[in-house]
Amino acid sequence: MELRKSYFADVRKDDLHEIGQARPRSDSPGHVTGKTAFFADRNFPGMLHLKMVRSPHHHARIRSIDTSEAEKHPGVVKVLTAKDVPHNVYTILILIQVGPEDETVLADGKVRWRGEAVVAVLAETERAAQEAAAKVKVDYEVLPAVFDMEEALKPGAPIVNEYHGQNYYLYDSGECRKVRFGDVEAGFAEADHVLEQSYQSSPIEHAPTETTGCIVVPEGNDRFTCHTNTQAMFFTLDNTSIILQMPGSKLHFVGGTVGGGFGGKVDVIVEPIAILGAKLTGRPVCFVYSREEEMQISSPRAAEKVVIKDGVMKDGRIVARKVTGYTDAGAYSRHSPYGAQKGAGHYPGPYTIPNVWIDTYCVYTNRTPSSAMRGFGVTIGDFALEVQMDKLARLIGMDPLEFRFINAYRDGDMKAHRQPTEGAALIECMQEASRAANWPVAEKYMAMSSYVKGT
Amino acid sequence: MAKVPVQFTLNGSEKAEFIDSGTTLLNALRDKIGDTSPKGGCHQGTCGACSVIIDGELRLSCLTLAETCNGAAITTTSGLAEGGVLHPLQRAFLDAFATQCGFCTPGMIMAAKVLLDHTPNPSRDEVVEALSGNICRCTGYEPIIQAVLTAARANSQNAA
Repeated sequence: MELRKSYFADVRKDDLHEIGQARPRSDSPGHVTGKTAFFADRNFPGMLHLKMVRSPHHHARIRSIDTSEAEKHPGVVKVLTAKDVPHNVYTILILIQVGPEDETVLADGKVRWRGEAVVAVLAETERAAQEAAAKVKVDYEVLPAVFDMEEALKPGAPIVNEYHGQNYYLYDSGECRKVRFGDVEAGFAEADHVLEQSYQSSPIEHAPTETTGCIVVPEGNDRFTCHTNTQAMFFTLDNTSIILQMPGSKLHFVGGTVGGGFGGKVDVIVEPIAILGAKLTGRPVCFVYSREEEMQISSPRAAEKVVIKDGVMKDGRIVARKVTGYTDAGAYSRHSPYGAQKGAGHYPGPYTIPNVWIDTYCVYTNRTPSSAMRGFGVTIGDFALEVQMDKLARLIGMDPLEFRFINAYRDGDMKAHRQPTEGAALIECMQEASRAANWPVAEKYMAMSSYVKGT
Repeated sequence: MAKVPVQFTLNGSEKAEFIDSGTTLLNALRDKIGDTSPKGGCHQGTCGACSVIIDGELRLSCLTLAETCNGAAITTTSGLAEGGVLHPLQRAFLDAFATQCGFCTPGMIMAAKVLLDHTPNPSRDEVVEALSGNICRCTGYEPIIQAVLTAARANSQNAA
């Protein structure tokens, strides 16, 4: 790899020795010999297996639950319902004061998405747990469901989640996150061209090769050791402490070895109920998603819709940008209010635009709850923004890379959310990309700098 | 449930267990014998993480009943290093950064070993074909393909 040292030569030390050198990964010897211990590479005598009874409906009231036949099934040790969970209604981000608590560990009176956990069955074998789960009788009254974000926001739409009371997350700024900078309508009035486009994405499953799971062992000292593949050890520990109303000192989480996560293992889903099962039975408990559960039940990346309206001048300057973003949280918040908020800060893109208006909505629908995945909140936005940039360049007959140089943010520029730009390197990246991709741009762009004014 | 006796060699050692009829080889190896190098990624024969070598052939241990393996010679990734020295494939995976999370790695190495046992100097296309039953979600496959080609070159140089 060629390291071009001319960029930022006067603002960085040049005593870096590691970059460009290959160093062995410390975990690789374990991987290639099969010695790396993933959570499931453990076996404990007397270990029970947990299987979930899940909702077959997108939205339904639960009239009754009958677990009597399941409890009689050979090998079944314990059957858990909502009443067994000390603090059944939770939300992950309550740890950073992002409420309200809106999700049940086990469904209580209602299900809001197809696949929602209703009853947990603990048995001597996986097979017995599965067979017994099939014998749990749940009487549902099916309710109207809503799957489309814009339908969900219309008056009269079925309310997905009563803990919110409306089908959007209520920020302190109101029904959406808002960014207001300059006068966007004046910008559109002044623009030579205005282009409004709509972009949409589907949910994306991370599909890690190792499915989500944990093994919990009750210890002799009244503590519980939880071997888990969570990506969020302390989030999970603290949320489990709340859900089980158990001091954190009783919980010992062992993890860090994750067979693929990509953001799909940051929700607090398997650990609290498995620890509860271990507490109530006094036995080790294994709760691991089947491949089908991993694909259908675990949170995907949120579906998004992004509407971008830009005002652009013939000389290439973008003078106004208005963005309305919709993030489909599914039935519960999990990390989506945060994702939608990130989008609000991100939508102007790495460009300096004098007039910006952004609204981002976190919307509830009767779909699988979505959550984190690699750059959630901004990845789909970047797709939409950069496609939009190409369309704008085409509209004014300009080279798409030169068009980006004209609008690139530089040190000292004020961003729409009132953070001054510092440490920008977009221009230098594009200069290098221009060379590497053999996509030449005019010399004046190759002479630009992110941090030297007047270039 | 009546137990069924099974007996086979695992990485050269004699193993004998009583298992429930219907137990997969994957579960027998992991839960009974304690070799956790084959991984359960899907338990339905689609991901390749459970790949092992049975009598020289690549097999999915999650779809193989343990009781059908009586008298077989089974190889897993945990048995490849000899005397603490890594197998050339293990060395190549390490050097080529062909592992990230590591969950698919033991299965990948099994698939690659069967390829090189049958085809010591494979083309890139043959490597891709041989690994096509093994899913990796981290690397994008390219470092894995390079590792297998590197191991093949190392083998042919040693043979020459």
